[in-house]
Amino acid sequence: MPVTVLIVDDSKLARINAGKALTQLQPEWRRVEAGSAAEALEVLEREAVDVALVDFNMQDKDGLELAGELREAHPVMPIAIITANIQAEIISRARAINASFVAKPLTAEGLQGFISGALLRLRAKS
Amino acid sequence: MTAVELTELEQDALTEVVNIGVSRAAASLRKMVGYQVLLSVPAVEIVTREKAGALLGERESSDLVAVRQSFSGAFSGRAMLIFPQENSLELARAVTGDELSDDDLADMEEEALAETGNVILNSCLATMANMLKRPLAMSIPTVTRGSGAALFHDDQLPDDEGLVLFLYINFSIRQRDLRGYIAMLMDMPSLHALKALLAEFIEQIVGDSDAGQH
Repeated sequence: MPVTVLIVDDSKLARINAGKALTQLQPEWRRVEAGSAAEALEVLEREAVDVALVDFNMQDKDGLELAGELREAHPVMPIAIITANIQAEIISRARAINASFVAKPLTAEGLQGFISGALLRLRAKS
Repeated sequence: MTAVELTELEQDALTEVVNIGVSRAAASLRKMVGYQVLLSVPAVEIVTREKAGALLGERESSDLVAVRQSFSGAFSGRAMLIFPQENSLELARAVTGDELSDDDLADMEEEALAETGNVILNSCLATMANMLKRPLAMSIPTVTRGSGAALFHDDQLPDDEGLVLFLYINFSIRQRDLRGYIAMLMDMPSLHALKALLAEFIEQIVGDSDAGQH
């Protein structure tokens, strides 16, 4: 079974960019995109997701709130919060739900560490 | 005023670039004030200066303070950090760390505001410059006060000319009851140049991506 990664960002361009970075690192991973937290939750009802990349600054429900809900339902899923907003409060909220941080704009280099860690966790799980 | 229209993806790209710039600025501002800075999702609109003044007037009825900084390069214009006049002293107090007496604070107010504007506007403009791969030179910030309409007025242009790229970002610091906006004024040639750079930026991201997988 290929790994399925969910990309949540309200910017289409940012989703394309994230998809590109992911393809460079893990070309065989399956990508599913969502343009909002609500859409992401719909995707999760429909199918199994192994890894999530979540933009922080989104309308209605922000990425940390969504990640918190993901974490409750999926205790060991690797989750990364994608943001350029590295305030202490945001970092500690992400730590509290055991989510990683990846800097925006997203690059393959920036994503590398999170993906390597995610692979280890997915292997440990299976 | 419809002479420059951004495509959906150009609008998306601009919003994303601005979002990254402002997110970085928020992280810097957080260090200055010691409290979390909350940001709204930016809305980007190209409007006349008159409309921009009216938009601001709808939200803020009192007089406003603006820190202005001119920028020039592939596209040129003026960036403004705008907040309500009644927030002005409180913002100065927040960034000077509550250590100054009221008299000292009043002396420092303009300088503190200019410095805050400098950090936020530089962060936005530098991020735009870097992501669009064109250098921008930035002037020293100046502080002005007035109504929304006055802030968007430009002596060198009649009011029906010159458009505003109105970036509507609300930042707030809850513990301090502070809020503000960011706006950029650009003329038509600059907006055309910006549009072209956004198209280039999009092409770099979309152009060589494996479209089949989306």
